Amino acid sequence: MTPPPTGSATHPGTDTATPRLAKKKFLQHAAEHVRDTGHRAFVRKALGGYYTTRDAQKARYRDYEQARDAASLAKWSAVNRLDELLPRFAENFTANGGQVHWARDAAEAREIVLGLLRAARAKAVIKSKCMTSEEIHLNQAMEADGYGVVESDLGEFIQQLRGEPPYHFVFPCMHVRRDEISDLFQKHLGSAATSEPEELTMIARRHMRRLYVEADVGITGANFLVAETGQISITENEGNARLTAGLPRVHIAIAGIEKVVERLDDLAVLLPLLATAGTGQPLTCYNTLYSGPRREGECDGPEEMHVVLLDNRRTAILADPEQRDSLHCIRCGACLNVCPIFKNVGGFTYGTTYQGPIGSVITPHLRGLADWNHLSGASSLCGACTDACPVRIDIHHHLLHNRRNAARTAPGFFERLGHRLFVAAASRPWLFAAGGRTFRAALGLLKVVRPPLLKAWLATRDLPPAPKQSFRSQWRRR
Amino acid sequence: MTAAARTGDARETILGRVREALRLPAPPPHLKSHALEPAPIGGLPVLPLEAARPWLPDGGDSPEESRRILGENLARLKAELHQVADAAAAAAFLADLARRRDWKRVAIHGHPLVAAATATLACDTYQVDAASFDKDTLEACDAGLTTCEVLVAQTGSVLVSSATCGGRALSVLPHVHVVVAMIDQVVPTLGDALHAVRERHAGRLPSMLSFITGPSRTGDIERILVLGAHGPKELIVLLVG
Repeated sequence: MTPPPTGSATHPGTDTATPRLAKKKFLQHAAEHVRDTGHRAFVRKALGGYYTTRDAQKARYRDYEQARDAASLAKWSAVNRLDELLPRFAENFTANGGQVHWARDAAEAREIVLGLLRAARAKAVIKSKCMTSEEIHLNQAMEADGYGVVESDLGEFIQQLRGEPPYHFVFPCMHVRRDEISDLFQKHLGSAATSEPEELTMIARRHMRRLYVEADVGITGANFLVAETGQISITENEGNARLTAGLPRVHIAIAGIEKVVERLDDLAVLLPLLATAGTGQPLTCYNTLYSGPRREGECDGPEEMHVVLLDNRRTAILADPEQRDSLHCIRCGACLNVCPIFKNVGGFTYGTTYQGPIGSVITPHLRGLADWNHLSGASSLCGACTDACPVRIDIHHHLLHNRRNAARTAPGFFERLGHRLFVAAASRPWLFAAGGRTFRAALGLLKVVRPPLLKAWLATRDLPPAPKQSFRSQWRRR
Repeated sequence: MTAAARTGDARETILGRVREALRLPAPPPHLKSHALEPAPIGGLPVLPLEAARPWLPDGGDSPEESRRILGENLARLKAELHQVADAAAAAAFLADLARRRDWKRVAIHGHPLVAAATATLACDTYQVDAASFDKDTLEACDAGLTTCEVLVAQTGSVLVSSATCGGRALSVLPHVHVVVAMIDQVVPTLGDALHAVRERHAGRLPSMLSFITGPSRTGDIERILVLGAHGPKELIVLLVG
């Protein structure tokens, strides 16, 4: 079976869309998804179990709030000493027998991986879930170069067969119904129809087993890079990353530079918090540390291990002290799971690799504020994301910071005009009063006329009845 | 330009950007515990793990309590826990298990505890070591039997390593994973587990260390829990002593 190419250019979730169109597409897809009550109900139901298990697991912490402090501190002290810790990681990993590659941007990272595949004369490549590879569009580049690649994580595999990018960066196919998956497997794997999630999982399990054994290169991501020991840490539930990193002859891991932590001990705090916030587990099923290729005397393991360290504008976020803490993100997905916007517009509407609140914070940095500032408005500023974040990133305030920065660099014409008019009126009481009278009169008229400028607003809202008197005159009467 | 030169350039460029970016200091993290830990926060003298120890889930203060917590956690994770008195009883338990499950062949490694516990198995055994390792043979086995570095009460985890547990694939490729461990291998917390493994492998950690927390699982289809996604469908822990 040859999997179809991943992420067609026309798909809403693909972030290769012309940037200028990003906002227009966002509004269009948001409107479509909000109207789709079936989709919204399905996503809410899927998340229902998450809230229950997460709360039960949080209750087992003796003090969850303070544990978050410790996690936040571990990331803060690492990100603010990246200059020292990144070289230390690279040095220690190299001493363990691994090879480190540095990639300034997506193109360079793709070239490095393709170069490694050529050098390994790779015939079959297996991959476990890796969001940085989505960020750099690695699968498309590999397919263009003639390499077959199979995603081994069940959710990613389903998305690969569907030709879609992940819907949610932790739960990639949470929007897909079981009957759709059954149809998909019938079509691509020739399996029998079933409505049992267990049976569907076993179909994928059986299909994937040979592929692990036959693959000569395994590609994974990394959740943490431990500077003091030169290890990478991979968090997963299915065992697919263990098999991907364990069986093939070459293991390549791709990681953002912000993944570094200083000490091995830091993981004793970060791993439980990642699991609890992400899925409500005490620890995910497999948390594995790799320090390099197979050692002398070990039974198995890859002959070569490579880590690709990706910048791709992470240093631009690092350069902004106010929002530097958005690099603390451990990609648990908790902020998506609690976000009222995510739950209503869905994952594809964002059009980004990283969806939800944290994606809305970092995407403008990674890909340009001018084209992606609309994401800063995709928030009710309720702060649920900030409350949910296990490493205490001030997510909703960063969305405000992005709005402010956008207004500073390129304020919109109407926004500027509006503010000018307001300043003029607010500093002249007679003008303010006259303006109020005009608007009160106009309010009645607007109900009838409905100018196109207000069409979107009025489509889902009623205008309030116009008050007979201004607030100021009512105040004077009292 | 050679690949090595390019990678050197990229390294310098990225580290240059990092140094430049960090010239402006970031504000301290938003912590809730300022009042409780006033001094250490800004200067970072407190290790996060030391600070977090009393805040993370409990791992027990005595061996008995740790074993109780381990048992509760394994039950929640849908893993099996059995306790036997000695290696002979472990061997009898496993022989019986293999018979009941009708296992044709199980994969084992050379650890003395595993050797003793598998001495009376009626089915075929495949001893995994550097000379005999073969992916296909291992994949065809019904179960993998390993020991572990330690067991972690706090999370219900089994810590295996490539150095002492038969490499990387033995504990994850066969459909059932059986862990045989001495009762004194239970430690309270993740921090204790990392400490123990560093003591044992002083200065040279195994190429793989894996915390296994329950049987392999997925929730990718409608967020419904299914066990046995790609790794073992069952995790059976046998404590000896």
